[in-house]
Amino acid sequence: MFAKTTRRLVLAATAAFAMVASAAQAGEVTFWTWRQEDKAVYTDLFAAFTKSHPGITVKFEAFPNENYNTIVSTALAGGKGADVLHVRAYGGLEAMAKAGYLVPLDPAKVPELKNLPADALASETLRADGKIYAVSLAGQTVGILINKDLFATAGVAVPTNWADFLAAGKALKAKGITPIANGTATPWMDAVFHSAFTNPFLGPQFVTDMLAGKTNFEDKRYVDALARLLELRDMLPAGFTGVDYPTAQQLFSTGRAAMFVGGSFEIGPFRRANPKLNLDFIAPPAPAAGQPTHVSRWFDSGFAVNAKSTHSEDAMALVRWLATPEFAIPAAEKLGNISSLSNAPNPDPLLGKVAELNKTAMPYIMLVHFRYESPTGSDLLQDGVQKMMAGTMTPAEVGKMVTDGIAKYYVPFQKK
Amino acid sequence: MTTRAARRWRQGAWITVLLAPALIILAGFVTLPLLAALRYAFYAFDGLAPAGFVGTANFETILFEAPYAAWTMRALGHNAIVFVSLMLFQNGLAYFVAFALLKTLPGHRLHQVIVFLPVVLSAVIVGFLWKLMLHPLFGVINAALALVGIAPHPWLGDENTALGAIILTNAWHWLGFPALIFLAGMQRIGAETLEAARLDGAGDWVLLRHIIWPLVAPATTIVFTLTFIGSFNWFELPYVMAGLTGSPGGATDVLGLYAYRLAFGSATAGLQDFGRGSAMAVLMFLFLAMVSAVALKFLRRREMEL
Repeated sequence: MFAKTTRRLVLAATAAFAMVASAAQAGEVTFWTWRQEDKAVYTDLFAAFTKSHPGITVKFEAFPNENYNTIVSTALAGGKGADVLHVRAYGGLEAMAKAGYLVPLDPAKVPELKNLPADALASETLRADGKIYAVSLAGQTVGILINKDLFATAGVAVPTNWADFLAAGKALKAKGITPIANGTATPWMDAVFHSAFTNPFLGPQFVTDMLAGKTNFEDKRYVDALARLLELRDMLPAGFTGVDYPTAQQLFSTGRAAMFVGGSFEIGPFRRANPKLNLDFIAPPAPAAGQPTHVSRWFDSGFAVNAKSTHSEDAMALVRWLATPEFAIPAAEKLGNISSLSNAPNPDPLLGKVAELNKTAMPYIMLVHFRYESPTGSDLLQDGVQKMMAGTMTPAEVGKMVTDGIAKYYVPFQKK
Repeated sequence: MTTRAARRWRQGAWITVLLAPALIILAGFVTLPLLAALRYAFYAFDGLAPAGFVGTANFETILFEAPYAAWTMRALGHNAIVFVSLMLFQNGLAYFVAFALLKTLPGHRLHQVIVFLPVVLSAVIVGFLWKLMLHPLFGVINAALALVGIAPHPWLGDENTALGAIILTNAWHWLGFPALIFLAGMQRIGAETLEAARLDGAGDWVLLRHIIWPLVAPATTIVFTLTFIGSFNWFELPYVMAGLTGSPGGATDVLGLYAYRLAFGSATAGLQDFGRGSAMAVLMFLFLAMVSAVALKFLRRREMEL
């Protein structure tokens, strides 16, 4: 009797253990991101992944954006973390890849990399070894979101060049409409604002000269472009130095401001915040009528496999799938962004328009080229633009501060 | 073993058992991270992993190299402003509030609760609420000022007022704490002492200045030390109200924010460097420990002299 009970217990325990073990092996891949707001979209798409890859399920976990770097780096340093990680691009990617925390993606084993254009691949490549560590999710474009209804009510035409832009600002203000929703209290938005308006004045030649080591941010072209931003102060909300990012979003989505200078990633949230908003996305004003203009662009994040993953095959299957149109088309549509994949067009007309503007895009300079070492170009610039707009620094001083800061590690800027 | 030795051994075992959990937690969550930070401070970081021993290079960078040296000094300067302002305004006011409460005027119990109530709120909630109240467009403070004809002002967006606004918020939040310590100190003074002074014709001011002030010296020591440590470790309130970069333009940047930025980078601009971040943390620790020790010694002597 006693032996029988023992045998039964042992059997039951073995069965329970087998069930637990099989649950772990059944292929549950964990996925970490900072995009808490996209949970529903990812959960849906991951269900589609499980359908095409029976036996692999994906567990979605999101962390606050501000703490994501901290949480992931702490976990990775301890040999833990999710199997598949949503990672940043450029310098942010290098920090993780250099430490050996991510699995390099071999083009022979990840044929889906062919779906990505060269600049998207570059954004997730470690410059030191030339290897690709993540599949890029989306490109982001900086331009101007406009409320078409407010322009129509005020009887103001949508401006395409600098003089018309300033005139439109005056006309809107005369009608009691705040022309531009942006304030300067949130530093990263200052960089967005800066890039939107300075790039058309700088032109691609400036970037070429900069990367060839022929010039720096003390260049007259750059200082003059910075000075243009000061002309826009009258178009910003009252007390703009205290207006932060959420406030600017509110002003625009509630129809109190006619324009919002920001990224294409704002389109989705604005539509959700106010479905009645009659949105358009336009390029920033050209320096003068008849001259070309440029939106600014960067690739903003990607998906990578944790080098310490205990489900690396399943994780790799997920990352490969994330680089296919099967994921990218519905994701772009639902998340309201522009996929990095060259074969995943967005059916949305507005995002289609942004994709069209991308054909003459310039790089979002600080992120694409100067965010690999400290102090980053972004750190320096955000500080400088904030002060310049508040009137405590001049454009020339900002140009010098940025150049001197970057010169610490960037040889072409070091004065002989 | 004699019964005595046995009893002593049992007692020792008990003490060990009772102390062990606290010691283990302390070692795991305080001592080890402190030692790890000390070690990391001497390493270069390439990305997220240590890339080799670099001696005191991290310390030299944050103390002497541009632009880090200027940022370090700016943050330290702000911490000093915070400390002095809190000592004068928050703790100075707390001293008078404590005296008012000591007088047990009608309703003093209610007032005691009201004064202490904000202290129990989380700094995140306090910071968020005050940020809303100070909002340039929708804030009640600007709305109230408009009623008396004062133009609206971006309190947190102006380099000249941002730090002051956060210091005032801190004073509102913490006023009750030094008030309580001072009140406890004042209540320890015998009623007959105060009575005698009154009979000799001392008014409130003379009482406060010549009788109570010297007698609450131990309370002042505690308040000074806690305010000093709190001011130089300041983090939550500026983080919630001004963000990780000490916006605008670093006008509210303090050592806590700066150390965090050095170590973890800001999500949208910076890179991580645990080496420099740890070096900054080590310097802060040494500075706090040394100044606190010296100040305590000085204040204890002052207690004796007074």
